[in-house]
Amino acid sequence: MTVEAVPAQEATQETLFTPEQVEWRLRELTGLERLLGPEWYRILRGLFTYPLSLTGLIIITVFVLVAAFAPTLAPPVRPNADPLLIPRDGFGPEPKPPGAVWMREAPPIPFWYKVLTGKDEWVHLMGTASGQFDIYYGVVWGTRTALFAGFMVTFSTVIIGLIVGSLAAFYGGWLDDLLMRITEIFMAFPFLLAALTLSAILVPKLGRSIWPPMIALIIFGWDRYARVIRGEILSAKERDYVLAGRAVGVRDARLIIRHILPNTIYPILVMASFRLGDAVLSFAALSFLGVGTQIGYADWGQIISFARDWILSLDTHWYIIVFPGTALIVFGLGWNLIGDALRDILDPRLRGARR
Amino acid sequence: MTAYIIRRLLQLPITVFGVTVLIFAMTLVLSPVERSALYMRDFPKHEGALEALIRRYGLADPFHVQYWRWLVGRVDPETGERVGGVLRGDLGFSRSGRQPVIDVILHRLPASIELALWSVVPIIGIGIWLGVIAAIHHNRFIDQAARVFSIIGWSFPTFVFALLVLMVFYAKLRWFPPGRLSDWATWAVMAPEFHRYTQLNTIDALLNGRWDIFWDALRHMILPIITLCYIQWAMLLRLTRSSMLEALRQDYMTTARAKGLPERTVINRHALPNALIPVVTVGGITVVNLVNGVVITETVFNFPGMGSAAASAAQTLDVLTVLGFVLLSSVLFIVANLLVDVLYAFLDPRVRLG
Repeated sequence: MTVEAVPAQEATQETLFTPEQVEWRLRELTGLERLLGPEWYRILRGLFTYPLSLTGLIIITVFVLVAAFAPTLAPPVRPNADPLLIPRDGFGPEPKPPGAVWMREAPPIPFWYKVLTGKDEWVHLMGTASGQFDIYYGVVWGTRTALFAGFMVTFSTVIIGLIVGSLAAFYGGWLDDLLMRITEIFMAFPFLLAALTLSAILVPKLGRSIWPPMIALIIFGWDRYARVIRGEILSAKERDYVLAGRAVGVRDARLIIRHILPNTIYPILVMASFRLGDAVLSFAALSFLGVGTQIGYADWGQIISFARDWILSLDTHWYIIVFPGTALIVFGLGWNLIGDALRDILDPRLRGARR
Repeated sequence: MTAYIIRRLLQLPITVFGVTVLIFAMTLVLSPVERSALYMRDFPKHEGALEALIRRYGLADPFHVQYWRWLVGRVDPETGERVGGVLRGDLGFSRSGRQPVIDVILHRLPASIELALWSVVPIIGIGIWLGVIAAIHHNRFIDQAARVFSIIGWSFPTFVFALLVLMVFYAKLRWFPPGRLSDWATWAVMAPEFHRYTQLNTIDALLNGRWDIFWDALRHMILPIITLCYIQWAMLLRLTRSSMLEALRQDYMTTARAKGLPERTVINRHALPNALIPVVTVGGITVVNLVNGVVITETVFNFPGMGSAAASAAQTLDVLTVLGFVLLSSVLFIVANLLVDVLYAFLDPRVRLG
């Protein structure tokens, strides 16, 4: 960098805005900032300005849109059946490649298909898995399963972690010891194997559905939050505003919920966005291992597990893995990108430093 | 330091106790009738067989009674001897393995250990090396590439990665087959003149001087090893990188450079040892990731180890077998974490003295 080569006058002029620009910026900033508060405003602005996190946001938006418009993108064959069960085109064992024509009981052809291709024949856009389950349908409707399972697992684990962590940190003493020992016991399990066990136990009880793996992921997933939240609250507890709150007689619950949690929520946010992608990956892994949803449920891991029958000829049956696998990877990537950016935005050491 | 280690050692039995309680509590999700079915080896022949079983094994007793019986075994009413009990190695009968769970574990363990042993060296070696390289070239191309690699690896589900690897290197290229040994090698290994010293194929092959079997065993393990490594590198790289960046920023680095030491010495002798201290803490995570990864990796690659046995047991809802595996691996994990903590205290004076 040759700083001295640039005249000081020019350098400052470049960074100055015209009065109109300044006024416009100020008005916009204050409006949004007033709405969100300075911290949330900074986070949101950060998310939209880092290219990586913007990519993440776009990815997740696309998934949400696909989930919302699933009935238009992949119309169900029978309007009254559970739309999350993948329609089958016959029962043949041999998978069909992408582009194979739908032989029997074809679903109604969506309007965009005719516009884009000009054909009147509905095909298996991503081929079929063994048993003639339509992969395209499964991938599209699988976004609903993924979003639902991801949000449910993350939300529940965060809530449990919040309750346990804040109780332990706020009251301390024997309650802290007890809760932390329990947390440690949960952390002593290898996460996936424990979840696998619990959902294998829950399946005979609840039947094959998305609930056994989800419950298992919740039960063995809250421990990390509890630990992080406890640490955060322990440090927040010593701040002056807590003391001030105590001095004016604010009740404990109100102190925790209104004063301490809002100041400790950011690291939880980072963790949650990472874990949301993770939760979906683990959910898919459990499904893949066969302790999740029933065969033919619109769930990415479930579809990928069909590939296990075709290990020898995976090169010809690549579409069974590649399409749902890509959906899964991109979904996880989206959340990880957001989490990564959030961490940088919220890390006080990196504050103000643009990467 | 000693007090710290003693405190950690005293915590060990408490955690193990909690783990066993939790594992046993998981089975209580099922009703006594459902649990009695776990102990049945055959279809009940006459009416009331389930009730008899529930009475005989006390499956409707209070939790602590059942837990204690599960732990130390029960007294047989006819002979008066103590039978079963997890502490005595009786984990029940595995329906999917058609033998006692403990035998399934002992039978399947060597394959998993072999796989894990072969994976640990590249995981730690290459993972740390990548992190150090990325940190030294901070914000340059290598660093950015490593970042992207790590974030993609982070989002890459093991089973998808494993299947893709299998698709390319087995289905397409036919280089590395799944399984543990080729048929001819399996026969050669089972032949009487082949001595099984350790049950680990590669080591036994070397000890017997059979290079062909060694190569065959390794060929079957390369894809699972790559899969296990890939998921771990992402994490190890990221951790080493940030820890190394932190170390490079310290004042003693400036001092070392000011003394005129060559850059190589500065990095290898001053930055690296300090940067690696926090990396030690992931040792425990590495172990648990290996256990988790092994479940999926072995399943996809049809590798006859502990993980694939656990997965297939779970798939057929063979609860007792899965519980055996989860018990074993949790204890393994707890011990690994303890070792890591002690090692950490040993390495880092801030912990030792604090």
